[in-house]
Amino acid sequence: MNDVVTNSRNHTGSLNAAGVSIQNLRKSYGANEVLKGISLDVAPGEVVCLIGPSGSGKSTLLRCVNLLEQPNEGTIHVGGFDATDPDVDIDRMRRKVGMVFQQFNLFPHLNALRNCTVAQTKVLKRSQSEADKVAHANLERVGLGHLADRYPDQLSGGQQQRVAIARALSMDPELMLFDEPTSALDPETVGDVLSVMRNLAKEGMTMLVVTHEMGFAREVADRVVFMDGGVVVEEGGAEQVISSPNQDRTKEFLKRVLDPTHIDITE
Amino acid sequence: MAMTMTARQRARVSLYVQAGIFVVAMAALILATDWKTIGNSVFNFGKIGPMFPDIFVAGLRNTLIYTFLGFIVGLSGGLLLALMKLSSFPLYRWIATGYIEFFRGIPALLVFIAFGYGVPLAFGVSWDVTAVVMVSLGMVAAAYIAETLRAGLQAVPRGQMEAARSLGMPQWQAMVTIVIPQAFRIVLPPLTNEVILLTKDSSLIYVLGLTASQYELTKFGRDGISSLGAGLTPLLVAGAFYLVITIPLSLLARKFESRSARTKR
Repeated sequence: MNDVVTNSRNHTGSLNAAGVSIQNLRKSYGANEVLKGISLDVAPGEVVCLIGPSGSGKSTLLRCVNLLEQPNEGTIHVGGFDATDPDVDIDRMRRKVGMVFQQFNLFPHLNALRNCTVAQTKVLKRSQSEADKVAHANLERVGLGHLADRYPDQLSGGQQQRVAIARALSMDPELMLFDEPTSALDPETVGDVLSVMRNLAKEGMTMLVVTHEMGFAREVADRVVFMDGGVVVEEGGAEQVISSPNQDRTKEFLKRVLDPTHIDITE
Repeated sequence: MAMTMTARQRARVSLYVQAGIFVVAMAALILATDWKTIGNSVFNFGKIGPMFPDIFVAGLRNTLIYTFLGFIVGLSGGLLLALMKLSSFPLYRWIATGYIEFFRGIPALLVFIAFGYGVPLAFGVSWDVTAVVMVSLGMVAAAYIAETLRAGLQAVPRGQMEAARSLGMPQWQAMVTIVIPQAFRIVLPPLTNEVILLTKDSSLIYVLGLTASQYELTKFGRDGISSLGAGLTPLLVAGAFYLVITIPLSLLARKFESRSARTKR
């Protein structure tokens, strides 16, 4: 299985990994500044997890990378693209960047297979048979090859999220963005999604992941970035940031996340 | 204390009273009716034989054709207007809003007169009755359908557009392949109701001069009034034929509604 994946680099492999370079990024909604000058580099093939309290700007930062949000200031380079250049070909850039949403956002009027083929045929102009082949391979890759003809409302949350990952992978992205991919899931289906992401990381995909799954971050991430109040408070190796953070805000956040019941009792 | 009733008893008594009022009113209506005259001039089914089979061949057929053509124009125009109304370009929004308010605000009859008599006079052209119905009905329908479609387009979750754009689809392609198909599912019930209204509005063509082969149901019925000597009975028959079209459509709309209630999203 692994051999198949790594050998077919154009369709299911991810050897063409792209990096991301973010410089001094600022984003405001009216008077509310959500990102206050963020700089962050992700090397090709690297897995970086963004952690932090809600409202800290993690998701906004992630959405700026594929321009679902338009930054006010700063620069973003993705692969060979200058995302903040007003003349950038957004659609061409987005082909290289897979996005996985918290709410899956599968297309409800298309079955799992068509969810994975629609952009291949419309955007990449692949033939239907080629697109089907790629889609089947990627559904197989997320363990759902047998459910290709199911519609989203016939799938569990975890299955839908895995289809959403297969849909993104079918475009042969060089970078994958995950926006709290397990936050909307029932606890028992979280593991399947995380294991798909773990495999993806092993295959060398560049990944930028907003998550609350500290276990996943510690195990899979090369680096962890802790954000709070629109700034990067601390970043470093996964083990270091999560197990022995330097900053007080990081310590306090992790204490609350890793041991929520303890806090409830002492409060 | 013993006279007070429970809420359930009160509801039951109220129901009896309402039923009683209804029965009395119906009885009064039946007693007051001049059945002999009505029998001759409204329910005179003995003399309507000559209406058949032409009511199928001309009346029903033309009503269906006029409605269909009007709906096609209305649907394409309505989609265009709905997209214009949601456009980020202000001029498009103003044009669409102006159009919609205008055509929803005036009687459809005036539109028929304008296109049937006004346009030929203004431009020195004469055009086919079918074209007049198609344009008049279509332009009025477009205004109503536009609002329905706009609501449907806005009901598609924003994440659908974001997901499509994230896969590299340009705005228009995401609209055509992802958003519009979902919007149509949402608006299928109100759109079906729109067809019902169109079916009835197609009768407004009666203000134009028609040849017998162009008669739709209402005109066919009115023609029968003068030629059959059965009073208003032919109109009653025409009315029944409208129900033959509209009731199945109504059932269809209800079916769409229950289906979309089942499959949420």
